[in-house]
Amino acid sequence: MSRLRVPTAIAVLAIVIAGATGLAQQKPDRSKPPAIGPAPQLTLPPIQKRTLSNGLSVWIVEAHKVPLVQVNFLVQAGSADDPAGKFGIASLTAAMLDEGAGTRSALQIADEVDFLGANLSTTSSFDASAVRLNVPSARLAAALPIMADVALRPMFPQAELDRLRQERLTTLLQARDDATQVAPMAFARTVFGGTHRYGTSALGTTVTLKAFTTSDLRSFHASMYQPSAATLVVVGDVQVNTVLPLLEKYFGGWRTVGGTARTPVALAPQLTQAQVAIVDMPGAEQSQVRIGWVGVPRSTPDYFTLQVLNTILGGSFTSRLNQNLREKNQFTYGASSRFDMRLSAGPFFAGAGIQTDKTTDALREFFNELNAITKPVSAEELTKAKNYLALGFPSEFETIGDLASHLEEMIVYKLPDNFFDRYIANIQAVTAEAVQKAAATYIQPGRFAVVIAGDRKAIEAGVGGLKLGPVRVLTVEEAFGS
Amino acid sequence: MSRRLAILALVILTIPMRAQSPAPATAPLQVPFRQFQLANGLNVVLHQDKTVPVAAVNVWYHVGSANEKTGRTGFAHLFEHLMFEGSKNVPEGQFDLLLESAGATNNGSTSNDRTNYFIDLPSNALELALFLESDRMAFLLDAMPPEQVNSQRDVVKNERRQSYENQPYGMASIEIDKMLWPPGHPYSWPVIGYMEDLTAASHADVQEFFKRYYAPNNASLVVAGDIDLDKTQAMVEKWFGEVRRGATVEPVAPPAAILTQVKRQTITDQVSLQRLYLAWLTPRFYAPGDATLDVVAAILTGGKNSRLYKRLVYDEQMAQDVSAFQSSAALGSSFQIVATARRGRTVEEMQKAIDEEIEKLRRTPPEPREVQRAINQVEAAFYRRMERVGGFGGKADQLNSYYFAGGGPDFFAEDLARYRSLTPADVQAAIFQWLPRDRRVELVVLPEEKK
Repeated sequence: MSRLRVPTAIAVLAIVIAGATGLAQQKPDRSKPPAIGPAPQLTLPPIQKRTLSNGLSVWIVEAHKVPLVQVNFLVQAGSADDPAGKFGIASLTAAMLDEGAGTRSALQIADEVDFLGANLSTTSSFDASAVRLNVPSARLAAALPIMADVALRPMFPQAELDRLRQERLTTLLQARDDATQVAPMAFARTVFGGTHRYGTSALGTTVTLKAFTTSDLRSFHASMYQPSAATLVVVGDVQVNTVLPLLEKYFGGWRTVGGTARTPVALAPQLTQAQVAIVDMPGAEQSQVRIGWVGVPRSTPDYFTLQVLNTILGGSFTSRLNQNLREKNQFTYGASSRFDMRLSAGPFFAGAGIQTDKTTDALREFFNELNAITKPVSAEELTKAKNYLALGFPSEFETIGDLASHLEEMIVYKLPDNFFDRYIANIQAVTAEAVQKAAATYIQPGRFAVVIAGDRKAIEAGVGGLKLGPVRVLTVEEAFGS
Repeated sequence: MSRRLAILALVILTIPMRAQSPAPATAPLQVPFRQFQLANGLNVVLHQDKTVPVAAVNVWYHVGSANEKTGRTGFAHLFEHLMFEGSKNVPEGQFDLLLESAGATNNGSTSNDRTNYFIDLPSNALELALFLESDRMAFLLDAMPPEQVNSQRDVVKNERRQSYENQPYGMASIEIDKMLWPPGHPYSWPVIGYMEDLTAASHADVQEFFKRYYAPNNASLVVAGDIDLDKTQAMVEKWFGEVRRGATVEPVAPPAAILTQVKRQTITDQVSLQRLYLAWLTPRFYAPGDATLDVVAAILTGGKNSRLYKRLVYDEQMAQDVSAFQSSAALGSSFQIVATARRGRTVEEMQKAIDEEIEKLRRTPPEPREVQRAINQVEAAFYRRMERVGGFGGKADQLNSYYFAGGGPDFFAEDLARYRSLTPADVQAAIFQWLPRDRRVELVVLPEEKK
């Protein structure tokens, strides 16, 4: 096994090759890491903005490395637009788009899309809905009419609604078995309550799901999917002047038919006092923990500061939370934190899966770090976090899917045209003072909710002993809103 | 098992399911590369792609859980964790600090057959990655105190709790491997390892494992992305040239794996729904039948019109989900079908329907359109694999993967040709030969009685 016992034949061969390559003989200086050259410039291809005859906006970016094209039909309506009593309708509407559209049944759509080697997905988030097509560029013309039917002319057949309803009810049932789904749901419910849209799963509840009708779907689609609220994002192996006529042919005839204006989601009231909720998962080997409160909307003026702040706290491997809870104490496989920014203020949370018998110790360390982040950060830590974000930024634009999703982000959150060009400079401009000020505003552990999905019998006494706030037990039904 | 976040299955090569035919989607499927070997045996592959100013450094060590010895299962993966904790010239903690300060991301993962590491970083910082990778390849043991093993042992145990014990149906894959492969076969134990073996891992094991398996002649390095080929070759020679060659690693010699009957077992879990797993032993990666079974999987469960999805999920709605996959590996593969019953429905109903559908394909080949649909999906997926240079599954990782499998780094076109040539008769023959009803593993997971 020793490296000294190199067979002779190989040693001879080695000399020959080393002679050929030369430099292998010199020993490098390992006393310090090699110097890093100036950061390369990221030059993004231009966004070419056009408008179809019906007013539908089109954003096109040409990228010719691979013979593929990504076409995203983006609608500015999502779960945030679910009316009271109908939580889940935006998500179900999006899911139903490809279950029969134009003249094709659900099975025909799937067969034709698959046969083209295409991927066609229909999804929604809190802030937007989308039909996304990824297809070999040679087959774009064959895929576009199917995509247009799916986006514009869904049929919402009763049988498919009944099937998807059962599928979603089953998904909610299965989610209750999984602590990594129970904890975030219970946390959202604790922070936002049952009335605010962010307090309930995008899927809705078993009660709302059971009540949806095909006319609910038709009415949501007709009122919210409108040319004035939609954009076509096209990225990939296309030419602007050849793709535009295709888009006009399949999307240009879509007309507005009395749409409904979007009602902004109300800002959720902030938590005023600390509280602890335990969802009992008997026998669980780990406690899934979420700690936090109402965070900020995507429009926050502190966006760049919060990116840096969160990177330091729990946004990277060397962040304070991960170093403490994983590397120093081994309580977990990984700890992190995040500001989930939406059109309205989404949650801020720190979290981890903690081995059950370390739950109390881990919570203590979470709060140590959440309190410590409000103190000044060192220049070194600040520079590391800023470089991590700024220098790593170009890698987010490698694929046509990456590019298209960044364009979606610009559209949904109405970011300035130079947002990505200015990103690196804006990150580098963040100061230690700004981080400290933001931490004082947005990280107030004395008012945080602590939510744990874990083995109540094993953890309740210890957690209560930390006196983090009144402890209550939340049932899984309460967490999911029935 | 990966160091953080994503968990890889026991597949070495993620051969994506699915690719040609209405308008031909043809375009050159080539990844131009330069390949050379250092005096110490390190295989090096360079590939240039200047789409974004990012470079990817990807190292494969040809050691995985299949090289472990009895009583030390999980060791290859535990060792992977230790590779991030510092080396002679990189104090503990500095590996990640230096990389994050340069805007880099990094990770590693372990499978049955290999361990891989990647660093993706701005191209100006490439030399930093080569310094770090070469330092841990050459000098890991100079900075490996016994306490280090203890701390990562506990992290890995938490990885296991999170991904297996605390995951619905998480223990099923461990049971299936135990049933599929004979005792002593290295695929019979999980990559993550048994808890008691993780407890037993010692500092001496670390030293032995490193000396035996982490030599340059048992590794392969790919540098891809926004790089200058000549300058990069010079830098690779500079930083890796001094790493000492190790002894030749003998190939793993596993006992024969054959199923002669149905092996059935029922376990319980804290879940609401019954689940059925069917598993067969199938040809190793790239052997005849391997690609065919990928297409079989697509015909069974790829898309709404696939045989099993349409019958179980779409038409009869007895199942919440059904999936099938060929899990390809170096010493042998497995083909698995997994189906979750809707509430009030049972594994028995699902198994009957699955067996009926497989029997139909045994008697009558699939329609040409079904096969072509699957091949078209495979082909498009090959182009999607050309987009990213770094990370798990990026081009750098794929070049290493093909090299490891013996095909040469740029095996993309040859790999795709395996799929394009398939006919309905090939699919029928593969089902007949490899998916017999009377020689397989059947695992049932039932909900525990609520207390």
